[in-house]
Amino acid sequence: MSQVQKSMSLANPAPPFTDLIQKIAAAIGGVGLLFMVIALSGNGAIQNSIWLYTALALIMGGTVVYSWRAYMTLPEGIKNNGVWFDSLSSKGLWAWVLGIVLTGFYVVLYWYPQYLGLGKDGVANSGLVAFFDPLSMALKGTPASEWFVYGTLYTVAILAFGIKFILKYRHNKYQVVRTISVMFFQLGFAFLLPEIMQKLNHPYYSFTNMWPLNYYFFYDWNLDGLLNAGNVGMFMLFFGLAMVFIISPTLTYFYGKRWYCSWVCGCGGLAETAGDPFRHLSDKSLKAWKIERWMIHGVLVFVTLMTVAVIYSYFNSDRNLLITKPISIGLIILLGGLVIAIVQANKKEINLSKDKLSTIISAIVGVILLLAILAFITGNFVIDGGMLRGWYGFFIGAAFSGVVGVGFYPLMGSRVWCRFGCPMAALLGLQQKFFSRFRITTNGGQCISCGNCSTYCEMGIDVRAYAQKGQNIVRASCVGCGICAAVCPRGVLKLENGSVDLKNKTTELKAIHIAEGDVRIL
Amino acid sequence: MHIAIIGNGISGITAARFIRKLSDHKITVISAETDHFFSRTALMYIYMGHMRFQDTKPYEDWFWEKNKIDLKRGYVEQVDTEEKKLIFKKGDPLSYDKLILATGSSPNKFGWPGQDLKRVHGLYSYQDLEAMEKYSKGLKRAVVVGGGLIGLEMAEMFHSRHIPVTILVREKSYWNGVMPPGESAMINREIKRHGIDLRLEEELAEIVDNGQGEACAVITKSGERIECGFVGLTAGVHPNIKFLAETGIETGRGILVNKYLETSIPDVYAIGDCSEQRNPNPGRRGVEAIWYTGRMMGETVGYNICGKPVAYNPGIWFNSAKFMDIEYQVYGDVRANQPEEHRSIYWEHAEGRKSIRIIYDKNHGHIIGFNLMGVRFRHEVCEKWIKEKTDIEIVMKNLGLANFDPEFYEKHEAEVVGIYNQQSGKNLSVKHERSWDKVFAFLKF
Repeated sequence: MSQVQKSMSLANPAPPFTDLIQKIAAAIGGVGLLFMVIALSGNGAIQNSIWLYTALALIMGGTVVYSWRAYMTLPEGIKNNGVWFDSLSSKGLWAWVLGIVLTGFYVVLYWYPQYLGLGKDGVANSGLVAFFDPLSMALKGTPASEWFVYGTLYTVAILAFGIKFILKYRHNKYQVVRTISVMFFQLGFAFLLPEIMQKLNHPYYSFTNMWPLNYYFFYDWNLDGLLNAGNVGMFMLFFGLAMVFIISPTLTYFYGKRWYCSWVCGCGGLAETAGDPFRHLSDKSLKAWKIERWMIHGVLVFVTLMTVAVIYSYFNSDRNLLITKPISIGLIILLGGLVIAIVQANKKEINLSKDKLSTIISAIVGVILLLAILAFITGNFVIDGGMLRGWYGFFIGAAFSGVVGVGFYPLMGSRVWCRFGCPMAALLGLQQKFFSRFRITTNGGQCISCGNCSTYCEMGIDVRAYAQKGQNIVRASCVGCGICAAVCPRGVLKLENGSVDLKNKTTELKAIHIAEGDVRIL
Repeated sequence: MHIAIIGNGISGITAARFIRKLSDHKITVISAETDHFFSRTALMYIYMGHMRFQDTKPYEDWFWEKNKIDLKRGYVEQVDTEEKKLIFKKGDPLSYDKLILATGSSPNKFGWPGQDLKRVHGLYSYQDLEAMEKYSKGLKRAVVVGGGLIGLEMAEMFHSRHIPVTILVREKSYWNGVMPPGESAMINREIKRHGIDLRLEEELAEIVDNGQGEACAVITKSGERIECGFVGLTAGVHPNIKFLAETGIETGRGILVNKYLETSIPDVYAIGDCSEQRNPNPGRRGVEAIWYTGRMMGETVGYNICGKPVAYNPGIWFNSAKFMDIEYQVYGDVRANQPEEHRSIYWEHAEGRKSIRIIYDKNHGHIIGFNLMGVRFRHEVCEKWIKEKTDIEIVMKNLGLANFDPEFYEKHEAEVVGIYNQQSGKNLSVKHERSWDKVFAFLKF
């Protein structure tokens, strides 16, 4: 026994504080950011491609080296020690500071891009936007816009924090593969390809961004742009429609909405990588779930109504869709159907046959009421596509998805937008609930109700509530990130696809239960 | 009818929930520990910063009122089974019609000098967690005594706060009274890999008083003195039954109960850690202080009280744990010392952090148990195979059905079957059937 080390503090592989290398790495990343701040301040001395690429490389490099030291010096496994003690990840002072900085950045980005240095009406860019001109020129041959700056930083964040996430979960192949996927789609399909296409004189088009997340797909300028862009434009138009009506429903049927939300989508990509340290901050209460269902489905109804009105005005000269017109009956049926699906989705058990008539009637009455309220507000029996479009763009497109969606990461978790606002998530969620093979299965009676799964669910699903009953988890909001299954200390959860039991995926049968006369599993 | 339940752990709460599902009886759950039910198994995660206390509560605080389950905070000092009332340390007595004892257990102390000093604690209750938290400030080293599941949890907790830990284990290898040698050796390696000071074949002789009634060091049986500011006692637990001494309720190690979880006194039941089966199922112990049996007893007693008599039958044994970063699952009868009629197939990954052990009957060939390290198996499938005494060869061919690892994980079934083939001279191959559809068809849910 004498050779056993007496003081393990020397051999302790978990250094209590950031080590020297990490401090240097943090400083390197900080210098990269500092370059951008200097550029923003209007200092022309560093307006040069070398400085830009150096800054981006420093930010990436600093983050990667920092996380390498954080995770690769430790045995592989779940790394949640101290998450609730750290100010940044437990809504402390640093979380508020970061939240305010991010929110401020988004407000400037959306409504005051001139402060970032955006040159308007032929004036050359300055400040931060000009700092990104060299990269923009290289990719698409035009000076940068505020959106190009944003897109670049966004992609850098997904790549840098994606590597961090992979190091953190290197023992879990599902997490590694999924993260490589979001990094690939962000870099290739969301960032590089659209920019390069523009250089080749094609319209801006992101293949991975589909309606209704891409709410402007049916706007006149987008449709005109695609229709006037020859074969490539037509391909984009048809691909966009195929995504909504064929590709997405097919993939969602086989794999659930995760194929998009946690494998492809850019919003999901940022949430899963840069947002990972905040995933546990989502509210798990029943109350939050109730608010979530109303909000997210409300946005879906809103975007559908707006899109129908916009398409109508595209094909009709009078621009305003009269509620009294016959086409409105189609609209009412469409929206009514949507509302029925939403009401059903909110129920615990899936059962379309029960109360069918009353559901349909109440849904249609609800939609007519909605339209009547709209008519009352506008003072006219018309749906003004242009007005709805304006509202949607401001409240949902900018304020919700951007300012709140990312700005509130450190306070409400990384999926605030995906959970409460994203109409794409709502639509895929409805399908996931009714017509998809995907579910999370619970491993018999092995759950110990510890709560790790619920705590680390970024979508705020109380996973434990199902797992401790031995019930499989079928929730419209589940994005299939697989973290619940990863953090479970007892191997209770598994993401699975199956077709045999499509109609009774949620049946509460599979736990250890006492039946009269015996204890049994079934 | 008023049903009083002493103890708001998993047993007592499961009983309350099922009585509520089955009846409109008045229910009062009494606890001296916390206002609300929390998951005891998650205490370690609070200390480690993975979760907050409120995250360990399986039901939100409004749940109890909504389901008309009254919660009472109080310490029961006496049970008057004749008058049918409970006497509390403070406050008025409480009358009941039926009483469920679900008082859990307490850490064992074996008469070590200094065992009742300050800075000496087990890990069972919320108060133990508070003590650990309190004494962690400025703590230079902790010593944990006992080589079981809770001992390692405690060590992992201190380790997560960068507090050096020494574990004293009486046995030659970690948990080798339960784990077969291969798995036990794996746990030893895992503990050391994390830099925890594991002392095998070393026992506690004495805890040293610093002169102010606080522990400041331990002295081991080999005579070594280890300076430490905290001593964790995790050498098993025993049922909490002291307060029943004068009630006439018959006790052994725990409160003795029959198959219907009834004690020797009418209208008094006992469930969970504190209870002891008079006639346990073959191969099972009278006192089984684990989460799952507590939950099953809670459900069973609920049925019994609500007039639907059900004998307690815990079915095929299962359990799980996590040793640092290695998950552990067991299904069926897997013993540390393999009896003559058992035969074992043992596969271990080259990196030494995953293993699969399958036990079958040497003479009749039927499956007996599964012991998994770092690999997840499907509970229902293993249970069905064991219950139906499925032949080992059928299990081997269909091993994929049992796999519960996440997607894209390395699959090891073929290697396991390879070992079986080697041992038996057979030439079986694995069917590549692991999908949920196949599992579903097999289980006929």
